[in-house]
Amino acid sequence: MINWFSTLTEYLHYPFVRYALITGVLIALCSSLLGITLVLKRYSFMGDGLSHVAFGAMAVAAVFSVTNELIVVLPLTILCAILLLRTGQTRKITGDAALAMLSVGAMAVGYLLLHLFSTSSNISGDVCSTLFGSTSILTLSGADVAVCLIMSLVVLGTVILFYNKIFAITFDETFAQATGVNTGLYNLIVAVVTAVIIVLAMNLVGALLTSALIIFPALSAMRVFQSFRSVVVCSAVYAVICAVIGILVSILASTPVGATIVITDIAGYLAMSLVGRMMGR
Amino acid sequence: MAQLQCENLTLGYEGQTVTRNLNFSVDRGDYLCIVGENGSGKSTLMKTLLGLRPPMSGTITTGDGLKQKEIGYLPQQTQVQRDFPASVREVVLSGCQGSKGLRPFYTRKDYEKADRSMEKLGISQLSRQCYRHLSGGQQQRVLLARALCATEKMLLLDEPVAGLDPVVTAELYDLIGKLNHEDNITIIMVSHDISQALGQATHILHLASEPLFFGAKEAYLKSSIGQAFATIMIAGAMGGDLDD
Repeated sequence: MINWFSTLTEYLHYPFVRYALITGVLIALCSSLLGITLVLKRYSFMGDGLSHVAFGAMAVAAVFSVTNELIVVLPLTILCAILLLRTGQTRKITGDAALAMLSVGAMAVGYLLLHLFSTSSNISGDVCSTLFGSTSILTLSGADVAVCLIMSLVVLGTVILFYNKIFAITFDETFAQATGVNTGLYNLIVAVVTAVIIVLAMNLVGALLTSALIIFPALSAMRVFQSFRSVVVCSAVYAVICAVIGILVSILASTPVGATIVITDIAGYLAMSLVGRMMGR
Repeated sequence: MAQLQCENLTLGYEGQTVTRNLNFSVDRGDYLCIVGENGSGKSTLMKTLLGLRPPMSGTITTGDGLKQKEIGYLPQQTQVQRDFPASVREVVLSGCQGSKGLRPFYTRKDYEKADRSMEKLGISQLSRQCYRHLSGGQQQRVLLARALCATEKMLLLDEPVAGLDPVVTAELYDLIGKLNHEDNITIIMVSHDISQALGQATHILHLASEPLFFGAKEAYLKSSIGQAFATIMIAGAMGGDLDD
């Protein structure tokens, strides 16, 4: 125990470990806050689908050797988020079918592009790290952290400012619309913010695992808590704790960061379910 | 001037007409019950009145101090609501949201309004409880309280008693009647349950592909269509197999 502790404090002296912790916590926090709306609106798969899209976009960026991938990935993912939201409304293709098409399509195109055009000598390595998260979270520069910090703060601000609106459109969109809430606008905001979160989260846990950060905190909190506000607070705290534990364990045990965080989330979910059951809920 | 006036309304969606030549008006304090078989356009009319979809032709005008966004609404329950983590108070408060525009947070006035609405519906003691654990009748009261936060003038109720047992149904109708009498809130209700609906309604609108009847309840009961329909529905309700 004392051994672990001294190793940890030693690691914490390195800026890259501190950077990883800061960004990890912020990303997990933002994802968890949005996750509640997505889970309750039955959009749990939205996170998954969008992360596949982000993977495709990442491939496009790599092919064109864009140095700052964010410039390509972010607009493309936001665009898809808005499109998905639209199809959900017009119902020519149902939301889940559109999502399934888009996500496998983006994966296939992305992988194909990488294969055909990538100049990298280690394609499968690149792909694997994009999908499951690389150790890149441990190699973040000060500038990366700054970008992440700003974007997280924007997301947090949006969620806090629109908290009551988000509750209203999540609980009963028809009622909200009928009584004069601009539901289209707030749905758009939710879609854009979700896309931003997913692109951020990809750096932390990789494309395939981002939706874990979105759904687990909300689902765990809902096992125990009963009001919207307590669920929001609990998932935020839960997400932060799991991210910290996951990152620290992965550093100590040299395990992949993304997978470790997700496993921590799963363990947390089981624990919360147990607590919920003991409380008779 | 009437609170709500519909002229030559044609309703439908995706190019399909459901109801045409719809003319009716609602005055302050009226209790209008909309009846008709499934597919006769009752829900479409509701959505159009709420401004959720445009009429195919014709006009809806609001007057007597009523704005369209001031129509409170009690929807049929959806699956999402049934497992939603929310306290009663949070749900009721969300009724104030429509009038808030871009202002992000609730004010003292909103909280007081929510408390008043809950008191009126006798659910003050439930305010901290979880919405999803309430009984069906209690949930309907919560949603009614929410609707009251959105309006003090007109309530649209979509099958308010669907799935409730007879005792709770009677209680809910009493409550709605009280809002109508004591607070002078105009009620527009869609219902299958014509035997109960006829008890309190002042006006009836009977829908089919063409509107079959609009007028005062007494006239409806004397009309042939009213008599035929009431007999069928009451017999069905007694047989218990005309559930939905």
